[in-house]
Amino acid sequence: MEEFAALIDALVYTRSRNEKLRLIAEYLRLTPDPDRGWALAALSDGLDFPAVKSSTIRNLLMDRVDPVLWTLSRDFVGDTAETASLLWPAPDTPPAPPSVSEAVELLTVMNRKSVVAELSKLLDRLDSSGRYALLKLATGGMRIGVSSRLAKTAFAQAFEVAVDDVEEYWHGLAPPYAELFAWAAEGDAPPDIENLPTFRPFMLAHPLEETVVDLADYAAEWKWDGIRVQLVRAGGETRLFSRSGDDISATFPEFLDILPVNAVVDGELLVRGNTQGGEAGGAASFNALQQRLGRKTVSNKMLKDYPAFIRLYDVLLLEGEDMRPRPWSERRGQLEALASRLPDSHFDISSVVEATDFEHLSQIREGSRDDAIEGLMLKRRDSPYIAGRRVGYWYKWKRDPLLVDCVLMYAQRGSGKRSSFFSDYTFGCWDGDPDLGADLLPVGKAYSGFTDADLKKLDRHVRSNTVNRFGPVRETDKSLVFEVAFDSVHESKRHKSGLAMRFPRIHRIRWDKPPHEADRIETLRTLIAG
Amino acid sequence: MAAPFSWIKPEPHGIYIEPADCWVDPSRAVDRALVTHGHADHARGGHGQTVATPATLAIMDLRYNTREGATAVGYGETIRLKGGVDATYIPAGHVLGSAQILLEHAGERVIVTGDYKRRADPTCPPFEVTACDIFITEATFGLPVFCHPPIEEEMTKLLDRLAAHPDRCVLVGAYALGKAQRVIAELRAAGHNQPIYLHGAMEKMCRLYEEHGVDMGELRLVMDYSKEDIRGHIVVCPPSALNDRWSRRLPDPITAMASGWMRVRQRARQRNVELPLVISDHADWGELTRTIKEVDAQENWITHGREDALLRWCQLHQRRARALALVGYEDEDD
Ligand SMILES: [Zn+2]
Ligand SMILES: [Zn+2]
Repeated sequence: MEEFAALIDALVYTRSRNEKLRLIAEYLRLTPDPDRGWALAALSDGLDFPAVKSSTIRNLLMDRVDPVLWTLSRDFVGDTAETASLLWPAPDTPPAPPSVSEAVELLTVMNRKSVVAELSKLLDRLDSSGRYALLKLATGGMRIGVSSRLAKTAFAQAFEVAVDDVEEYWHGLAPPYAELFAWAAEGDAPPDIENLPTFRPFMLAHPLEETVVDLADYAAEWKWDGIRVQLVRAGGETRLFSRSGDDISATFPEFLDILPVNAVVDGELLVRGNTQGGEAGGAASFNALQQRLGRKTVSNKMLKDYPAFIRLYDVLLLEGEDMRPRPWSERRGQLEALASRLPDSHFDISSVVEATDFEHLSQIREGSRDDAIEGLMLKRRDSPYIAGRRVGYWYKWKRDPLLVDCVLMYAQRGSGKRSSFFSDYTFGCWDGDPDLGADLLPVGKAYSGFTDADLKKLDRHVRSNTVNRFGPVRETDKSLVFEVAFDSVHESKRHKSGLAMRFPRIHRIRWDKPPHEADRIETLRTLIAG
Repeated sequence: MAAPFSWIKPEPHGIYIEPADCWVDPSRAVDRALVTHGHADHARGGHGQTVATPATLAIMDLRYNTREGATAVGYGETIRLKGGVDATYIPAGHVLGSAQILLEHAGERVIVTGDYKRRADPTCPPFEVTACDIFITEATFGLPVFCHPPIEEEMTKLLDRLAAHPDRCVLVGAYALGKAQRVIAELRAAGHNQPIYLHGAMEKMCRLYEEHGVDMGELRLVMDYSKEDIRGHIVVCPPSALNDRWSRRLPDPITAMASGWMRVRQRARQRNVELPLVISDHADWGELTRTIKEVDAQENWITHGREDALLRWCQLHQRRARALALVGYEDEDD
């Protein structure tokens, strides 16, 4: 555990990507199995121990530290695991520290009853850095500036294998990845995943920004406002994965018995309706889809009221053949052929947007405002399907955002790097004429769109304009206007205003603007999609 | 007969001593000021009369270019103010010249600590525990998460990192008054006898420390040397220069920062620090609570930092305490 803790600390303080890769690669080379496999899991997808939650740690500490002092400390530090690692009263003569594998074994067998005693014993065996590493590992999600991709790249670098191969095998394997290490480090045969219904990494797009492309080389499709999914059938089983590779099959059981052949397809998951693309588009707003997301079980009524379908974008594997090296245009042909064999109730194909030239396409894009479509996708006709975001192949060309002026109402401390700043802002619009005494109603929340320098100023504004405190939340005197950018706005019960924005971010801070000049709810209401 | 302690008034801009018409560490210019130490949030320019230790006056002179109306009081010395108030300057162990001020009037004793620490510091005499009725304490690191490790451990961390990268340099961000000189003196105590390179803004204060008898070995200015010369050496700069263009003239610097805030990982990350050194000139939680116990005053007034937590500790330990809402104190990069 000491080496792992030292690695975590070194990663926390390392800015350079290359240095992070070097540190992880070195650890993976020098550490025996299965410790390194568990460490790799912790750094990439994270481990899950159901008995150990952030609240478990909090309760554990509350038994040993005064609750008020705990809360003040936690608020300042901004991270439960770190606060606990700093406050844990270490015994005078700590027993020998556990190895990573021993810690994982002990964490795995903990249950709600035993966790208090067992986790305490484990913490007693570690120093402050060790406790931090253990608690981070135990609660999943290290949040130390290492992405899953970076960890895999470091693995590839450590053993001189291709990272794309690592990605390909990854989702068919489980921690501590014995087969992966056997293949990469010992030269054994690669893991066999052909007959497993595993997730294949998505191809992603770059923002188009100022680039202009020739439509002879690029095809355009609408960027639909649902969630990107991958439907996989292999080895007699079908599974549905979200963009991050999470298995969401249970939430959408209607797709589990519907592909007639072994295949891996890429598409947008939508709910039937007529908001996106009008009658012809046949898709409801994102809001409708949201009713279906995150459910563990699905009622028949849900299935009937919010019928989901997949709008197909691409095909990766088809009847045992890997289509990914082939050009997009060829895959598109295969996809169309496949789509014609699939039931219309559950599938359609994302149609190609026809335009005479780029200028014409630009006009079509402008006109898409009402359609609650996110914008356009541009795909190079000869592009293979490559995992990740590769420059020059796929572009996303989002619509320009909508803008309204809102008033800052509440602020909350951020997490991670921003933990000591008030960086999460709730803002509102006027429910009528402010000069006649109208109230502000919250319409959204944002924590991005500003620079670090802005953040400091905003933090100072919140501190010196607080009128009320509710735990970690500060209510401000409502004197500051934000110009808020967002992609669309929908009806929602989440806010008192009955409205919710999609992707709100702070576009500009209007230090100059008097709050009564901010926009009204009715203005926002006219922007509702569809 | 006036109510007990009614002669001492915590006001937003400082502690006001009414019979003497005099302020302690006022955050704006006043006619008469008693100053605990030279940090900018305690020592401001422009007072009519300033009473401080000789070293603090020298520091203020360097910063504000003013000697007018300065009255020097040495450690252990008492000065009689108007209205029958005596002020005694007692070592606070914070930085060169730093003092607690003991105020006595009508048989009542009040101590204003200014900033202080309880660890040994080669650049100033140690904090002296002194009995009093009201103890006005700072609380910069007034949270139980703050526990400054022994400075020797941090020096070892620094020297190990330097040795591991002979082709680079370690750039240490350290507060220009106090921290920088203490780090240099501690490096010397740890046996590091290589020249240490300084950012230009550090030079005058280091010279002032030398004039006050603190030996810092060979100091060189970065601007006088080439990248090659600096390779494998330690460079000390103010925290504000750590991520500034200035550091581009250095050979691939490893960014370090010497501060009590470095105990919290996210704080170090916010400053883009690669090598956090937990070194502070303020008392940590253990020192603060120990000092309150040892001084054992009737009442503790808490200011300058995280008052809430220390107030809570006093409650839990049945000690009378209140938080003062003084403005103008900053979390020094300390
Ligand atoms: Zn100070
Ligand atoms: Zn101070």
